[in-house]
Amino acid sequence: MGQYYPVQSPVHKLDPRTKLFGTLVLIVALFVADNLFCYLLAAAAVFGIIAVSKVPVKHILKGLKPVIFLLLFSVIFNLFLTDGRVLVQFWIFRITWEGIVRSVLMAVRLIFLVMGTSLLTFTTTPNQLTDGLEKGLRFLKVVRVPVHEFAMMMSIALRFIPILVEETDRIMKAQTARGADFESGGLIRKAKALIPLLVPLFISAFRRASDLAMAMEARCYHGGDGRTKMKPLRYRTADRAAYGLMFLFLAADVALRILL
Amino acid sequence: MGIIKTEDLTYNYIRLDEDDKIREVNEAVKDVNIDIRQGEFVAVLGHNGSGKSTLAKHMNALLLPSEGTVWIDGRDSKDGDALLAIRQTAGMVFQNPDNQIVASVVEEDVGFGPENMGVPTEEIWKRVDSCLEAVGMSAYRSSSPNRLSGGQKQRVAIAGVMAMEPKCIVLDEPTAMLDPGGRREVLRTVRELNEKKGITIILITHYMEEVIHADRIYVMDQGQVAMEGTPEEIFSQVEKLKELRLDVPQVTELAHELRKKGVPLSPCILDEKQFVKEILEARAR
Repeated sequence: MGQYYPVQSPVHKLDPRTKLFGTLVLIVALFVADNLFCYLLAAAAVFGIIAVSKVPVKHILKGLKPVIFLLLFSVIFNLFLTDGRVLVQFWIFRITWEGIVRSVLMAVRLIFLVMGTSLLTFTTTPNQLTDGLEKGLRFLKVVRVPVHEFAMMMSIALRFIPILVEETDRIMKAQTARGADFESGGLIRKAKALIPLLVPLFISAFRRASDLAMAMEARCYHGGDGRTKMKPLRYRTADRAAYGLMFLFLAADVALRILL
Repeated sequence: MGIIKTEDLTYNYIRLDEDDKIREVNEAVKDVNIDIRQGEFVAVLGHNGSGKSTLAKHMNALLLPSEGTVWIDGRDSKDGDALLAIRQTAGMVFQNPDNQIVASVVEEDVGFGPENMGVPTEEIWKRVDSCLEAVGMSAYRSSSPNRLSGGQKQRVAIAGVMAMEPKCIVLDEPTAMLDPGGRREVLRTVRELNEKKGITIILITHYMEEVIHADRIYVMDQGQVAMEGTPEEIFSQVEKLKELRLDVPQVTELAHELRKKGVPLSPCILDEKQFVKEILEARAR
Protein backbone atom coordinates (compact mmCIF):
# COMPACT_ATOMS: atom_id res chain seq x y z
CA MET A 1 0.00 0.00 0.00
CA GLY A 2 1.00 3.61 -0.46
CA GLN A 3 3.11 5.78 1.79
CA TYR A 4 1.49 8.59 3.78
CA TYR A 5 0.88 11.63 1.58
CA PRO A 6 1.31 14.67 3.85
CA VAL A 7 -1.25 17.34 2.98
CA GLN A 8 -3.91 19.03 5.07
CA SER A 9 -7.39 17.86 4.14
CA PRO A 10 -10.69 16.98 5.83
CA VAL A 11 -9.99 13.31 5.09
CA HIS A 12 -6.56 13.47 6.72
CA LYS A 13 -8.11 15.00 9.81
CA LEU A 14 -10.73 12.28 10.26
CA ASP A 15 -10.34 9.88 13.16
CA PRO A 16 -8.43 6.77 11.99
CA ARG A 17 -11.26 4.59 13.26
CA THR A 18 -13.67 6.37 10.93
CA LYS A 19 -11.38 5.76 7.99
CA LEU A 20 -10.84 2.11 8.89
CA PHE A 21 -14.57 1.57 9.14
CA GLY A 22 -15.10 3.47 5.90
CA THR A 23 -12.69 1.16 4.10
CA LEU A 24 -14.61 -1.80 5.46
CA VAL A 25 -17.88 -0.29 4.23
CA LEU A 26 -16.41 0.21 0.77
CA ILE A 27 -15.25 -3.40 0.59
CA VAL A 28 -18.66 -4.69 1.64
CA ALA A 29 -20.41 -2.36 -0.81
CA LEU A 30 -18.21 -3.54 -3.68
CA PHE A 31 -19.07 -7.16 -2.99
CA VAL A 32 -22.76 -6.37 -2.67
CA ALA A 33 -22.74 -4.48 -5.98
CA ASP A 34 -23.93 -6.48 -8.99
CA ASN A 35 -25.22 -3.97 -11.49
CA LEU A 36 -24.05 -0.89 -13.30
CA PHE A 37 -25.80 1.56 -10.98
CA CYS A 38 -24.15 0.11 -7.89
CA TYR A 39 -20.78 0.61 -9.55
CA LEU A 40 -21.61 4.13 -10.61
CA LEU A 41 -22.48 4.88 -6.99
CA ALA A 42 -19.21 3.37 -5.78
CA ALA A 43 -17.28 5.34 -8.40
CA ALA A 44 -18.93 8.54 -7.26
CA ALA A 45 -18.02 7.74 -3.64
CA VAL A 46 -14.37 6.82 -4.34
CA PHE A 47 -13.68 9.79 -6.62
CA GLY A 48 -15.56 12.07 -4.26
CA ILE A 49 -13.30 11.07 -1.37
CA ILE A 50 -10.19 11.40 -3.55
CA ALA A 51 -11.23 14.93 -4.51
CA VAL A 52 -11.76 15.91 -0.86
CA SER A 53 -8.51 14.23 0.28
CA LYS A 54 -6.38 16.38 -2.06
CA VAL A 55 -4.23 13.35 -2.95
CA PRO A 56 -3.56 13.60 -6.72
CA VAL A 57 -5.40 10.94 -8.76
CA LYS A 58 -2.15 10.19 -10.60
CA HIS A 59 -0.51 9.34 -7.29
CA ILE A 60 -3.30 6.91 -6.45
CA LEU A 61 -3.26 5.29 -9.88
CA LYS A 62 0.45 4.58 -9.40
CA GLY A 63 -0.61 2.41 -6.47
CA LEU A 64 -2.37 0.11 -8.93
CA LYS A 65 0.88 -1.02 -10.55
CA PRO A 66 1.63 -3.91 -8.17
CA VAL A 67 -1.81 -5.45 -8.73
CA ILE A 68 -1.78 -5.24 -12.52
CA PHE A 69 -1.05 -8.96 -12.94
CA LEU A 70 -3.81 -9.97 -10.61
CA LEU A 71 -6.08 -7.67 -12.57
CA LEU A 72 -5.14 -9.19 -15.97
CA PHE A 73 -5.46 -12.67 -14.55
CA SER A 74 -8.99 -12.16 -13.31
CA VAL A 75 -10.04 -10.35 -16.48
CA ILE A 76 -8.78 -13.16 -18.72
CA PHE A 77 -10.38 -15.87 -16.64
CA ASN A 78 -13.73 -14.15 -16.57
CA LEU A 79 -13.54 -13.31 -20.24
CA PHE A 80 -12.98 -16.86 -21.49
CA LEU A 81 -14.65 -19.00 -18.88
CA THR A 82 -18.10 -17.46 -18.58
CA ASP A 83 -21.03 -19.21 -20.27
CA GLY A 84 -23.65 -17.27 -22.18
CA ARG A 85 -24.39 -15.79 -25.57
CA VAL A 86 -21.38 -16.51 -27.76
CA LEU A 87 -20.01 -13.55 -29.66
CA VAL A 88 -16.71 -14.82 -31.05
CA GLN A 89 -15.40 -18.37 -31.20
CA PHE A 90 -12.13 -19.79 -32.48
CA TRP A 91 -10.48 -23.13 -31.64
CA ILE A 92 -11.16 -23.74 -27.92
CA PHE A 93 -11.61 -20.07 -27.03
CA ARG A 94 -14.92 -18.38 -26.94
CA ILE A 95 -15.93 -14.96 -25.85
CA THR A 96 -19.43 -14.37 -24.56
CA TRP A 97 -21.35 -11.18 -23.93
CA GLU A 98 -21.72 -12.10 -20.25
CA GLY A 99 -18.00 -12.75 -20.07
CA ILE A 100 -17.19 -9.27 -21.26
CA VAL A 101 -19.60 -7.67 -18.80
CA ARG A 102 -18.40 -9.76 -15.91
CA SER A 103 -14.68 -9.24 -16.56
CA VAL A 104 -15.13 -5.49 -16.87
CA LEU A 105 -17.11 -5.34 -13.63
CA MET A 106 -14.56 -7.56 -11.88
CA ALA A 107 -11.73 -5.28 -13.00
CA VAL A 108 -13.62 -2.21 -11.81
CA ARG A 109 -14.33 -3.86 -8.48
CA LEU A 110 -10.66 -4.73 -7.94
CA ILE A 111 -9.50 -1.27 -8.99
CA PHE A 112 -11.88 0.44 -6.56
CA LEU A 113 -10.85 -1.96 -3.83
CA VAL A 114 -7.18 -1.10 -4.21
CA MET A 115 -7.88 2.60 -4.60
CA GLY A 116 -10.00 2.65 -1.46
CA THR A 117 -7.49 0.86 0.72
CA SER A 118 -4.55 2.89 -0.56
CA LEU A 119 -6.55 6.03 0.17
CA LEU A 120 -6.58 4.86 3.78
CA THR A 121 -2.79 4.59 3.95
CA PHE A 122 -2.28 7.79 1.94
CA THR A 123 -4.29 9.82 4.43
CA THR A 124 -3.36 8.10 7.71
CA THR A 125 0.07 7.83 9.34
CA PRO A 126 1.11 4.35 10.54
CA ASN A 127 0.93 5.62 14.12
CA GLN A 128 -2.62 6.84 13.73
CA LEU A 129 -3.49 3.51 12.14
CA THR A 130 -2.16 1.54 15.11
CA ASP A 131 -3.93 3.89 17.52
CA GLY A 132 -7.14 3.47 15.54
CA LEU A 133 -6.81 -0.31 15.46
CA GLU A 134 -6.06 -0.41 19.18
CA LYS A 135 -9.08 1.63 20.15
CA GLY A 136 -11.38 0.33 17.43
CA LEU A 137 -10.69 -3.32 18.29
CA ARG A 138 -10.73 -2.79 22.04
CA PHE A 139 -13.91 -4.86 22.35
CA LEU A 140 -11.83 -7.94 21.47
CA LYS A 141 -10.25 -7.70 24.94
CA VAL A 142 -13.40 -9.36 26.23
CA VAL A 143 -12.37 -12.55 24.43
CA ARG A 144 -8.80 -12.18 25.76
CA VAL A 145 -7.16 -10.84 22.60
CA PRO A 146 -4.20 -8.69 23.79
CA VAL A 147 -5.15 -5.72 21.61
CA HIS A 148 -2.96 -3.15 23.38
CA GLU A 149 0.08 -5.42 23.23
CA PHE A 150 -0.37 -6.04 19.51
CA ALA A 151 -0.71 -2.33 18.85
CA MET A 152 2.42 -1.62 20.93
CA MET A 153 4.36 -4.29 19.02
CA MET A 154 3.23 -2.82 15.74
CA SER A 155 4.29 0.72 16.61
CA ILE A 156 7.67 -0.45 17.93
CA ALA A 157 8.19 -2.49 14.77
CA LEU A 158 7.48 0.63 12.72
CA ARG A 159 9.97 2.64 14.78
CA PHE A 160 12.75 0.06 14.37
CA ILE A 161 12.38 -0.66 10.66
CA PRO A 162 14.68 2.19 9.56
CA ILE A 163 17.19 1.33 12.30
CA LEU A 164 17.36 -2.31 11.24
CA VAL A 165 17.62 -1.34 7.56
CA GLU A 166 20.60 0.85 8.42
CA GLU A 167 22.11 -1.94 10.46
CA THR A 168 21.67 -4.43 7.59
CA ASP A 169 23.51 -2.05 5.34
CA ARG A 170 26.35 -1.67 7.87
CA ILE A 171 26.73 -5.42 8.39
CA MET A 172 26.65 -6.00 4.65
CA LYS A 173 29.47 -3.52 4.12
CA ALA A 174 31.48 -4.98 7.00
CA GLN A 175 31.12 -8.51 5.61
CA THR A 176 31.90 -7.36 2.08
CA ALA A 177 35.07 -5.73 3.39
CA ARG A 178 36.07 -9.13 4.75
CA GLY A 179 35.51 -10.82 1.42
CA ALA A 180 31.87 -11.91 1.60
CA ASP A 181 30.18 -12.02 -1.78
CA PHE A 182 26.46 -11.25 -1.89
CA GLU A 183 26.06 -10.84 -5.64
CA SER A 184 27.46 -13.70 -7.71
CA GLY A 185 26.32 -17.30 -8.00
CA GLY A 186 23.00 -19.04 -8.38
CA LEU A 187 19.99 -18.84 -6.14
CA ILE A 188 21.28 -21.36 -3.59
CA ARG A 189 24.67 -19.72 -3.33
CA LYS A 190 23.07 -16.33 -2.89
CA ALA A 191 20.82 -17.69 -0.17
CA LYS A 192 23.84 -19.20 1.57
CA ALA A 193 25.69 -15.91 1.31
CA LEU A 194 22.93 -14.32 3.37
CA ILE A 195 23.81 -16.36 6.46
CA PRO A 196 26.72 -14.13 7.56
CA LEU A 197 24.33 -11.21 7.15
CA LEU A 198 21.31 -12.64 8.95
CA VAL A 199 23.06 -14.13 11.97
CA PRO A 200 24.59 -10.86 13.24
CA LEU A 201 21.41 -9.00 12.32
CA PHE A 202 19.29 -11.32 14.42
CA ILE A 203 21.69 -11.20 17.36
CA SER A 204 21.66 -7.43 17.28
CA ALA A 205 17.87 -7.33 16.98
CA PHE A 206 17.52 -9.50 20.06
CA ARG A 207 19.97 -7.32 21.98
CA ARG A 208 18.02 -4.22 20.99
CA ALA A 209 14.77 -5.86 22.03
CA SER A 210 16.19 -6.69 25.43
CA ASP A 211 17.58 -3.15 25.88
CA LEU A 212 14.31 -1.60 24.82
CA ALA A 213 12.29 -3.82 27.15
CA MET A 214 14.48 -2.70 30.05
CA ALA A 215 14.18 0.97 29.07
CA MET A 216 10.39 0.63 28.83
CA GLU A 217 10.22 -1.02 32.22
CA ALA A 218 12.38 1.72 33.70
CA ARG A 219 9.80 4.18 32.43
CA CYS A 220 7.01 2.43 34.31
CA TYR A 221 5.57 0.50 31.37
CA HIS A 222 3.32 -2.23 32.71
CA GLY A 223 0.93 -3.07 29.89
CA GLY A 224 -2.22 -1.28 28.85
CA ASP A 225 -4.00 -1.13 32.21
CA GLY A 226 -4.20 2.27 33.85
CA ARG A 227 -2.49 3.91 30.92
CA THR A 228 -3.55 7.33 29.70
CA LYS A 229 -3.04 8.72 26.22
CA MET A 230 -1.12 11.81 25.21
CA LYS A 231 -3.09 12.00 21.98
CA PRO A 232 -6.42 10.32 22.72
CA LEU A 233 -8.72 9.58 19.81
CA ARG A 234 -11.95 11.54 19.92
CA TYR A 235 -14.79 11.57 17.41
CA ARG A 236 -15.70 15.03 16.16
CA THR A 237 -18.57 16.40 14.12
CA ALA A 238 -16.82 15.55 10.86
CA ASP A 239 -16.50 11.93 11.99
CA ARG A 240 -20.19 11.71 12.81
CA ALA A 241 -21.05 13.19 9.44
CA ALA A 242 -18.72 10.68 7.76
CA TYR A 243 -20.42 7.78 9.53
CA GLY A 244 -23.78 9.12 8.38
CA LEU A 245 -22.60 9.29 4.78
CA MET A 246 -21.21 5.77 5.02
CA PHE A 247 -24.50 4.29 6.16
CA LEU A 248 -26.35 6.26 3.52
CA PHE A 249 -23.96 4.92 0.90
CA LEU A 250 -24.31 1.35 2.08
CA ALA A 251 -28.11 1.59 2.22
CA ALA A 252 -28.26 3.07 -1.29
CA ASP A 253 -25.96 0.32 -2.54
CA VAL A 254 -28.14 -2.43 -1.08
CA ALA A 255 -31.31 -0.74 -2.31
CA LEU A 256 -29.93 -0.49 -5.85
CA ARG A 257 -29.09 -4.16 -5.81
CA ILE A 258 -32.49 -5.28 -4.59
CA LEU A 259 -34.60 -2.91 -6.68
CA LEU A 260 -32.81 -3.19 -10.00
CA MET B 1 18.73 8.58 55.14
CA GLY B 2 19.42 9.88 51.64
CA ILE B 3 17.42 9.45 48.51
CA ILE B 4 19.31 6.30 47.56
CA LYS B 5 20.96 4.13 50.14
CA THR B 6 22.36 0.65 49.86
CA GLU B 7 23.31 -1.61 52.71
CA ASP B 8 25.67 -4.51 52.12
CA LEU B 9 24.35 -4.79 48.56
CA THR B 10 25.53 -7.96 46.82
CA TYR B 11 24.40 -9.19 43.43
CA ASN B 12 25.33 -12.50 41.86
CA TYR B 13 25.00 -13.36 38.22
CA ILE B 14 24.25 -17.06 38.21
CA ARG B 15 24.93 -19.19 35.16
CA LEU B 16 23.03 -22.42 34.87
CA ASP B 17 23.91 -25.44 32.78
CA GLU B 18 21.38 -27.51 30.78
CA ASP B 19 20.04 -29.27 33.88
CA ASP B 20 19.40 -25.97 35.68
CA LYS B 21 22.31 -26.64 38.01
CA ILE B 22 24.50 -23.77 39.06
CA ARG B 23 27.65 -23.77 36.97
CA GLU B 24 29.13 -20.45 37.87
CA VAL B 25 28.40 -17.68 40.33
CA ASN B 26 29.76 -14.29 39.42
CA GLU B 27 29.71 -11.63 42.11
CA ALA B 28 29.07 -8.50 40.07
CA VAL B 29 28.55 -6.31 43.12
CA LYS B 30 29.78 -7.14 46.60
CA ASP B 31 29.01 -5.51 49.95
CA VAL B 32 28.38 -2.06 48.58
CA ASN B 33 27.31 0.66 51.02
CA ILE B 34 26.50 3.99 49.50
CA ASP B 35 24.30 6.86 50.60
CA ILE B 36 23.25 9.61 48.21
CA ARG B 37 21.56 12.74 49.47
CA GLN B 38 18.78 14.64 47.70
CA GLY B 39 20.14 17.25 45.28
CA GLU B 40 23.64 15.82 45.04
CA PHE B 41 25.58 15.23 41.83
CA VAL B 42 27.29 11.92 42.37
CA ALA B 43 29.55 10.15 39.88
CA VAL B 44 30.33 6.46 39.87
CA LEU B 45 33.59 5.67 38.13
CA GLY B 46 34.96 2.33 37.16
CA HIS B 47 36.52 0.47 34.26
CA ASN B 48 34.56 -2.13 32.25
CA GLY B 49 33.34 -4.99 34.39
CA SER B 50 33.76 -3.14 37.69
CA GLY B 51 30.07 -3.61 38.50
CA LYS B 52 29.02 -0.01 38.06
CA SER B 53 26.20 -0.80 35.61
CA THR B 54 24.89 -3.57 37.85
CA LEU B 55 24.87 -1.11 40.73
CA ALA B 56 22.98 1.42 38.59
CA LYS B 57 20.27 -1.10 37.72
CA HIS B 58 19.61 -1.62 41.43
CA MET B 59 18.76 2.03 41.84
CA ASN B 60 15.39 1.70 40.15
CA ALA B 61 14.66 -1.92 40.87
CA LEU B 62 15.52 -3.28 37.43
CA LEU B 63 17.67 -5.72 39.38
CA LEU B 64 16.94 -6.87 42.89
CA PRO B 65 19.76 -7.53 45.36
CA SER B 66 20.86 -11.11 46.02
CA GLU B 67 21.81 -10.00 49.52
CA GLY B 68 21.47 -6.72 51.36
CA THR B 69 18.98 -3.95 50.76
CA VAL B 70 18.50 -0.91 48.53
CA TRP B 71 16.27 1.94 49.66
CA ILE B 72 14.98 4.43 47.12
CA ASP B 73 13.45 7.44 48.85
CA GLY B 74 12.81 5.26 51.88
CA ARG B 75 11.22 2.38 49.92
CA ASP B 76 12.77 -1.07 49.90
CA SER B 77 13.34 -2.12 46.27
CA LYS B 78 12.24 -5.66 47.09
CA ASP B 79 8.75 -4.40 47.89
CA GLY B 80 6.80 -5.38 44.75
CA ASP B 81 3.93 -2.99 45.45
CA ALA B 82 6.27 0.00 45.48
CA LEU B 83 7.82 -0.90 42.12
CA LEU B 84 6.11 1.78 40.04
CA ALA B 85 6.63 4.42 42.72
CA ILE B 86 10.34 3.55 42.83
CA ARG B 87 10.75 3.77 39.06
CA GLN B 88 8.96 7.09 39.14
CA THR B 89 11.30 8.40 41.83
CA ALA B 90 14.51 7.23 40.18
CA GLY B 91 14.48 7.58 36.41
CA MET B 92 17.11 5.91 34.29
CA VAL B 93 18.91 6.87 31.08
CA PHE B 94 20.80 4.14 29.26
CA GLN B 95 23.87 3.92 27.07
CA ASN B 96 22.42 3.28 23.64
CA PRO B 97 20.24 6.21 22.54
CA ASP B 98 18.43 4.20 19.85
CA ASN B 99 17.37 1.36 22.10
CA GLN B 100 15.53 3.47 24.64
CA ILE B 101 13.34 5.62 22.41
CA VAL B 102 9.96 3.96 22.03
CA ALA B 103 7.86 6.25 19.82
CA SER B 104 8.44 7.39 16.24
CA VAL B 105 7.87 11.06 17.10
CA VAL B 106 10.00 12.97 19.63
CA GLU B 107 7.13 14.47 21.64
CA GLU B 108 5.29 11.15 21.82
CA ASP B 109 8.38 9.51 23.24
CA VAL B 110 8.67 12.14 25.96
CA GLY B 111 5.02 11.48 26.76
CA PHE B 112 5.55 7.71 27.06
CA GLY B 113 6.50 7.70 30.76
CA PRO B 114 3.61 9.90 31.93
CA GLU B 115 1.23 7.83 29.79
CA ASN B 116 2.34 4.72 31.63
CA MET B 117 1.84 6.44 34.97
CA GLY B 118 -1.73 7.38 34.07
CA VAL B 119 -1.19 11.13 34.06
CA PRO B 120 -4.19 13.04 32.56
CA THR B 121 -3.81 14.17 28.95
CA GLU B 122 -3.56 17.96 29.51
CA GLU B 123 -0.93 17.43 32.22
CA ILE B 124 1.10 15.19 29.85
CA TRP B 125 1.22 17.99 27.28
CA LYS B 126 2.37 20.49 29.90
CA ARG B 127 5.14 18.17 31.05
CA VAL B 128 6.22 17.37 27.49
CA ASP B 129 6.44 21.07 26.64
CA SER B 130 8.47 22.00 29.70
CA CYS B 131 10.80 18.98 29.52
CA LEU B 132 11.60 19.48 25.84
CA GLU B 133 12.28 23.12 26.68
CA ALA B 134 14.58 22.15 29.55
CA VAL B 135 16.79 19.95 27.35
CA GLY B 136 16.64 22.43 24.45
CA MET B 137 14.86 20.11 22.02
CA SER B 138 11.59 22.01 21.53
CA ALA B 139 12.41 22.72 17.89
CA TYR B 140 12.50 19.00 17.11
CA ARG B 141 9.29 18.01 18.86
CA SER B 142 7.54 16.60 15.81
CA SER B 143 10.61 15.08 14.13
CA SER B 144 11.41 11.42 13.91
CA PRO B 145 14.11 10.28 16.37
CA ASN B 146 15.93 8.64 13.47
CA ARG B 147 16.82 12.04 12.06
CA LEU B 148 18.54 13.23 15.26
CA SER B 149 22.21 13.02 16.22
CA GLY B 150 23.33 10.79 19.09
CA GLY B 151 23.57 13.70 21.53
CA GLN B 152 20.12 14.95 20.56
CA LYS B 153 18.63 11.48 20.96
CA GLN B 154 20.18 11.21 24.40
CA ARG B 155 18.71 14.60 25.35
CA VAL B 156 15.29 13.35 24.20
CA ALA B 157 15.79 10.29 26.40
CA ILE B 158 16.62 12.58 29.34
CA ALA B 159 13.48 14.62 28.64
CA GLY B 160 11.50 11.38 28.58
CA VAL B 161 12.77 10.52 32.05
CA MET B 162 12.23 14.07 33.35
CA ALA B 163 8.61 14.01 32.21
CA MET B 164 8.01 11.43 34.94
CA GLU B 165 9.13 14.12 37.43
CA PRO B 166 11.65 11.95 39.23
CA LYS B 167 13.61 13.15 42.24
CA CYS B 168 16.67 11.43 40.96
CA ILE B 169 18.04 10.46 37.54
CA VAL B 170 20.52 7.64 37.10
CA LEU B 171 22.53 7.88 33.89
CA ASP B 172 24.26 4.65 32.92
CA GLU B 173 27.18 5.64 30.66
CA PRO B 174 25.02 8.09 28.71
CA THR B 175 27.94 9.38 26.64
CA ALA B 176 29.73 6.13 25.79
CA MET B 177 28.35 6.02 22.24
CA LEU B 178 28.53 9.74 21.48
CA ASP B 179 31.05 11.96 19.72
CA PRO B 180 32.79 14.70 21.78
CA GLY B 181 30.22 17.32 20.76
CA GLY B 182 27.34 15.08 21.79
CA ARG B 183 29.05 14.30 25.10
CA ARG B 184 29.38 17.98 25.95
CA GLU B 185 25.70 18.57 25.07
CA VAL B 186 24.52 15.78 27.31
CA LEU B 187 26.77 16.70 30.24
CA ARG B 188 25.74 20.35 30.10
CA THR B 189 22.07 19.32 30.12
CA VAL B 190 22.63 17.03 33.08
CA ARG B 191 24.44 19.69 35.08
CA GLU B 192 21.71 22.23 34.39
CA LEU B 193 19.06 19.83 35.65
CA ASN B 194 21.05 19.37 38.81
CA GLU B 195 21.69 23.06 39.40
CA LYS B 196 18.40 24.59 38.26
CA LYS B 197 15.85 21.92 39.13
CA GLY B 198 17.65 20.35 42.07
CA ILE B 199 17.31 16.84 40.63
CA THR B 200 19.71 14.35 42.17
CA ILE B 201 22.06 13.07 39.47
CA ILE B 202 23.95 9.79 39.56
CA LEU B 203 26.29 9.65 36.61
CA ILE B 204 27.89 6.29 35.83
CA THR B 205 30.87 6.63 33.53
CA HIS B 206 34.43 5.67 32.81
CA TYR B 207 35.43 9.08 31.51
CA MET B 208 37.30 10.98 34.20
CA GLU B 209 36.79 14.41 32.62
CA GLU B 210 33.04 14.03 33.06
CA VAL B 211 33.18 13.76 36.81
CA ILE B 212 35.32 16.75 37.82
CA HIS B 213 32.18 18.81 38.48
CA ALA B 214 30.55 16.15 40.64
CA ASP B 215 29.92 16.76 44.35
CA ARG B 216 31.11 13.33 45.24
CA ILE B 217 32.69 10.34 43.46
CA TYR B 218 32.56 6.63 44.11
CA VAL B 219 35.20 4.55 42.36
CA MET B 220 34.23 0.95 41.79
CA ASP B 221 36.57 -1.97 41.28
CA GLN B 222 35.75 -5.68 41.15
CA GLY B 223 32.24 -5.08 42.42
CA GLN B 224 33.30 -3.07 45.45
CA VAL B 225 33.63 0.59 46.28
CA ALA B 226 37.38 1.15 46.11
CA MET B 227 37.47 4.91 46.75
CA GLU B 228 35.05 7.57 47.84
CA GLY B 229 35.35 11.34 48.12
CA THR B 230 35.22 14.72 46.44
CA PRO B 231 36.89 15.09 43.02
CA GLU B 232 39.85 16.81 44.71
CA GLU B 233 40.33 13.95 47.14
CA ILE B 234 40.03 11.31 44.44
CA PHE B 235 42.20 12.93 41.79
CA SER B 236 45.04 13.67 44.16
CA GLN B 237 45.62 9.90 44.40
CA VAL B 238 46.90 9.47 40.87
CA GLU B 239 48.87 6.28 41.60
CA LYS B 240 45.88 4.52 43.10
CA LEU B 241 43.59 5.49 40.20
CA LYS B 242 46.09 4.03 37.78
CA GLU B 243 46.15 0.84 39.78
CA LEU B 244 42.37 0.68 39.28
CA ARG B 245 42.92 0.96 35.52
CA LEU B 246 41.36 4.40 35.19
CA ASP B 247 42.69 7.20 33.02
CA VAL B 248 43.47 10.33 34.97
CA PRO B 249 42.83 13.60 33.03
CA GLN B 250 46.02 14.57 31.21
CA VAL B 251 46.50 17.85 33.02
CA THR B 252 46.08 16.21 36.43
CA GLU B 253 48.65 13.59 35.55
CA LEU B 254 51.10 16.19 34.26
CA ALA B 255 50.75 18.18 37.48
CA HIS B 256 51.27 15.01 39.48
CA GLU B 257 54.48 14.16 37.66
CA LEU B 258 55.77 17.72 38.03
CA ARG B 259 55.04 17.71 41.74
CA LYS B 260 56.98 14.47 42.13
CA LYS B 261 59.94 16.27 40.60
CA GLY B 262 59.64 19.06 43.14
CA VAL B 263 57.55 21.70 41.38
CA PRO B 264 55.40 23.30 44.12
CA LEU B 265 51.87 22.62 42.84
CA SER B 266 48.73 21.92 44.89
CA PRO B 267 47.90 18.21 45.23
CA CYS B 268 44.92 18.26 42.92
CA ILE B 269 44.64 20.13 39.65
CA LEU B 270 41.57 19.35 37.56
CA ASP B 271 41.59 21.73 34.61
CA GLU B 272 43.99 23.63 32.37
CA LYS B 273 43.10 27.06 33.75
CA GLN B 274 44.04 26.14 37.29
CA PHE B 275 47.20 24.43 36.05
CA VAL B 276 48.36 27.48 34.11
CA LYS B 277 47.65 29.72 37.08
CA GLU B 278 49.62 27.58 39.50
CA ILE B 279 52.54 27.10 37.12
CA LEU B 280 52.83 30.87 36.71
CA GLU B 281 52.72 31.33 40.47
CA ALA B 282 55.35 28.66 40.99
CA ARG B 283 57.68 30.36 38.50
CA ALA B 284 57.17 33.78 40.08
CA ARG B 285 58.33 32.44 43.41
